[in-house]
Amino acid sequence: MTTNAGSRPDIQSNRLAEEDYSKNFGDIHPPLNTHEALVEADRCYFCYDAPCMVACPTSIDIPMFIRQISADNPKGSAKTIFEENILGGMCARVCPTETLCEQACVREEAEGKPVKIGLLQRYATDHLLEAGDKVFERAALTGKRIAVVGAGPAGLSCAHRLAMHGHDVVIYDAHEKAGGLNEYGIAAYKSVNDFAQREVDFLLSIGGITIQNGSRLGEEISLADLRQNFDAVFLGMGLAGVNSLRAEGEDLEGVVDAVSYISDLRQSADLSKLSVGRKVAVIGGGMTAVDAAVQSKLLGADEVTILYRRGQEQMNASEYEQELAQTKGVSIRHWVKPNKLIGEDGKVVAIECEHTETKDGSLVGTGETFTLEADMVFKAIGQNFVAAPLNGSAEAIELESGRIRVDEDRRTSLGDVWAGGDCIAGGEDLTVAAVEDGKVAAEAINQVLSA
Amino acid sequence: MADISCNFLGIKSPNPYWLASAPPTDKEYNVVRAFEAGWGGVVWKTLGEGDPVVNVNGPRYGAIHGPDRRLLGLNNIELITDRSLEINLEEITRVKKNWPDRALIVSLMVPCEEQSWIDILKRVEETGCDGVELNFGCPHGMSERGMGAAVGQVPEYVEMVTRWCKTHSDLPVIVKLTPNISDVRQSARAAHRGGADAVSLINTINSIVSVDLDAMAPNPTVDGKGTHGGYCGPAVKPIALSMVSEIARDSETQGLPISGIGGVTTWRDAAEFMVLGSGSVQVCTAAMTYGFKIIEELNAGLSNWMDEKGYKTLDDFVGQAVPNVTDWQYLNLNYIAKAKIDQDACIKCGRCHIACEDTSHQAITATVDGARMFEVIDEECVGCNLCVSVCPIENCITMEQMTEGTDPRTDKPIDPSYANWTTHPNNPSAVKAAE
Ligand SMILES: Cc1cc2nc3c(=O)[nH]c(=O)nc-3n(C[C@H](O)[C@H](O)[C@H](O)COP(=O)(O)OP(=O)(O)OC[C@H]3O[C@@H](n4cnc5c(N)ncnc54)[C@H](O)[C@@H]3O)c2cc1C
Ligand SMILES: Cc1cc2nc3c(=O)[nH]c(=O)nc-3n(C[C@H](O)[C@H](O)[C@H](O)COP(=O)(O)O)c2cc1C
Ligand code: SF4
Ligand code: SF4
Ligand code: SF4
Repeated sequence: MTTNAGSRPDIQSNRLAEEDYSKNFGDIHPPLNTHEALVEADRCYFCYDAPCMVACPTSIDIPMFIRQISADNPKGSAKTIFEENILGGMCARVCPTETLCEQACVREEAEGKPVKIGLLQRYATDHLLEAGDKVFERAALTGKRIAVVGAGPAGLSCAHRLAMHGHDVVIYDAHEKAGGLNEYGIAAYKSVNDFAQREVDFLLSIGGITIQNGSRLGEEISLADLRQNFDAVFLGMGLAGVNSLRAEGEDLEGVVDAVSYISDLRQSADLSKLSVGRKVAVIGGGMTAVDAAVQSKLLGADEVTILYRRGQEQMNASEYEQELAQTKGVSIRHWVKPNKLIGEDGKVVAIECEHTETKDGSLVGTGETFTLEADMVFKAIGQNFVAAPLNGSAEAIELESGRIRVDEDRRTSLGDVWAGGDCIAGGEDLTVAAVEDGKVAAEAINQVLSA
Repeated sequence: MADISCNFLGIKSPNPYWLASAPPTDKEYNVVRAFEAGWGGVVWKTLGEGDPVVNVNGPRYGAIHGPDRRLLGLNNIELITDRSLEINLEEITRVKKNWPDRALIVSLMVPCEEQSWIDILKRVEETGCDGVELNFGCPHGMSERGMGAAVGQVPEYVEMVTRWCKTHSDLPVIVKLTPNISDVRQSARAAHRGGADAVSLINTINSIVSVDLDAMAPNPTVDGKGTHGGYCGPAVKPIALSMVSEIARDSETQGLPISGIGGVTTWRDAAEFMVLGSGSVQVCTAAMTYGFKIIEELNAGLSNWMDEKGYKTLDDFVGQAVPNVTDWQYLNLNYIAKAKIDQDACIKCGRCHIACEDTSHQAITATVDGARMFEVIDEECVGCNLCVSVCPIENCITMEQMTEGTDPRTDKPIDPSYANWTTHPNNPSAVKAAE
């Protein structure tokens, strides 16, 4: 699949030696061994009303699970975690802990070195998943049925909690595999060895949950039918749309949507077959931009540049993620926007960029431009919610800033429909936040159905 | 620079640190390494009579660990030396000859018969050693044979054996006391009556360090069974300090030289034993944990502290804290202290709050005006020091004395005078304060 070898644009597969692929895409944070876990667990102060716990969107009892590790009860520790966050294994790998629990840890204030909560969480949850023990029993069956749309973190978390309460759940998902972005989006080096699928298997082992893959709301199924046939509906559909650049040349060959490229990467059985440009530009400033940039670099791209139109502080990617990009050799250019993608023979070869500044509160170009050569350009300027599949039912669901409006219980404007995860308004677009939404919605649904 | 050389019963050593009678002092090889490293002296591993004892061939030690597997307490089921008396005596003779400036004490344990003591003392004297230590402390194995703690626990035996030794030898006699008794003063007084030149304490404490929940047997487990052992290391220091202080301030034994033992790990531990009346200190577990090199820190730390305080020799501070050890009934009940939290140092872990709230006096807030904040409520604080003890940050909470005004807890004015329990109105046997 070698395109124009030697000439511009230079997009190729097989840029690295065989062994470099597995090295580059290995576990980014190797798991703690038992000794390391015990040493780290001993650092926890078992705080009262612990700040870390308040900072965790799923309110895991962190001091308790760490104490259980110290006391040589890793399975009990995992159970403490799973009680609040059934995807605690994935969260331990993907949470930006530096802005969540670990930022709040009192040892961050004491000495700038928080307890490694994420790694300890991984230690405990891995232990239980490997042991294969069953942790949760279902309550007496209620005979109630709930439809969940989307098998991402939000949908899975909701389904598990509902199954625990004795309800039966059918999950509909458009993709071939369950997991949502855990399976198709998260950077490969954060979730190695097919962890997303192992976690789904663990979650489903409770029973009472059926997944129908390849059924897409708006095509195979409709919201109206689901409302008719089930006692309640939960929507956890994530974000299906990609924001457009609105710059000339967006349709040129070599201009790629970062999320679908990452999805290809995650599903690739042989990374050496995946093509990547020699010079890569990534437009955006979030986690997706960083992941696309870093993974391009790891695939063997020579020069990778992130172009972000505002300053470092405004970037959605955490400071830690930015640092990671830089240590992997990605350069980040702030206060730069793309004006135009320049092509030759219908293929992108460069970007015309303009410096930016804020003037009277709005972002404007300074007029000063430069050209950046690029064999491949990734668009990573955010995703958006596609509401179309919801339509076709009699009543429309109310939206807010383009996403589904929910109340505190994650209930939508339709009384029997709840929603959570990336598709709702006001969310944080994090795995752990989606898990919390699913859990909160499940508790609310359970309450309504048991009333 | 301060002079840290030590003169204990006329036995001179370049510093007050002796290795206690234990594995580190069981062989010439180890002792020479210790002297090369700089140790001031050794008490040779306890010698016995007749055929050497045998040790178990399985595990001898069990341990208590703190964070990061820091060894806090060690327990052992080892006996006295399991090497022949002849070899030990030959090595002792050679070591003393080669290291004349170091203290070399020989620890002894033979059956409770006068002739046994006469015989062994004669042979030990020929080595040229500086003195003997009578091991009345070993809590396991030997006590079942009527030796060690079996002697140490009966004051009459302690006195009798001590007297035999003083009668039949000119060597200085140090009596090593067992802590496995209810009042250590009884043993010390007995040793004193018997003519002991000094006492040393503590030997190890009866202990089961942990239980193997799979084997259903105490650790260390030897072929499915365990036995109580002797506990030592940092964990026993508080017990040892208290016993040392009791002997130092007892009217009958006041002035009796003491060699302090039990959990000495740093120079500070040693200084604490010394200000409570120990003229020398002995170390075992710390050396067994870290090796002999720690002597450098022990020496340097002590010397540095002495320079800072202006002490020129050990005599300047040995026993200095003894007058300040008193009985509870003489503590000043008019002294009022309140905890105070340094908000800049506080990391808001909340441990002080929950400790006080759940288990004590409800005197520390969790929130102030809705925000997470830990503040002492003077109206409730009894000044107990629990919060100071549980706070993970050094000096973040301090106990501040109130010298004027009113104690907001009792609404009583601060009374600058001294008044203790013996004169307190609630005490049924109170004596009237002197007019
Ligand atoms: C590249 C990338 C990297 C990320 N990295 C991190 C990270 O490191 N840490 C972190 O915390 N977060 C990260 N995130 C964000 C995180 O992945 C999401 O916030 C989270 O997955 C949201 O969960 P969800 O269940 O709401 O949606 P999704 O995970 O998107 O799942 C939605 C599911 O719904 C299905 N679906 C969609 N439409 C339909 C339909 N019409 N009918 C049926 N099924 C449908 C999809 O197939 C999918 O399975 C990343 C996101 C991206 C894009
Ligand atoms: C393995 C071991 C063996 C010991 N053997 C003897 C002994 O033979 N004679 C003796 O008087 N004390 C013996 N002790 C006690 C030590 O001399 C010392 O009194 C005790 O360990 C307390 O000091 P520490 O806390 O510095 O270890 C032994 C201690 C240990 C750990
Ligand atoms: S789920 Fe995430 S935020 Fe919560 S404790 Fe675990 S790693 Fe931290
Ligand atoms: S804040 Fe840190 S030290 Fe306190 S409980 Fe949480 S992890 Fe432990
Ligand atoms: S224990 Fe110490 S650090 Fe923790 S809240 Fe109290 S005063 Fe602050």
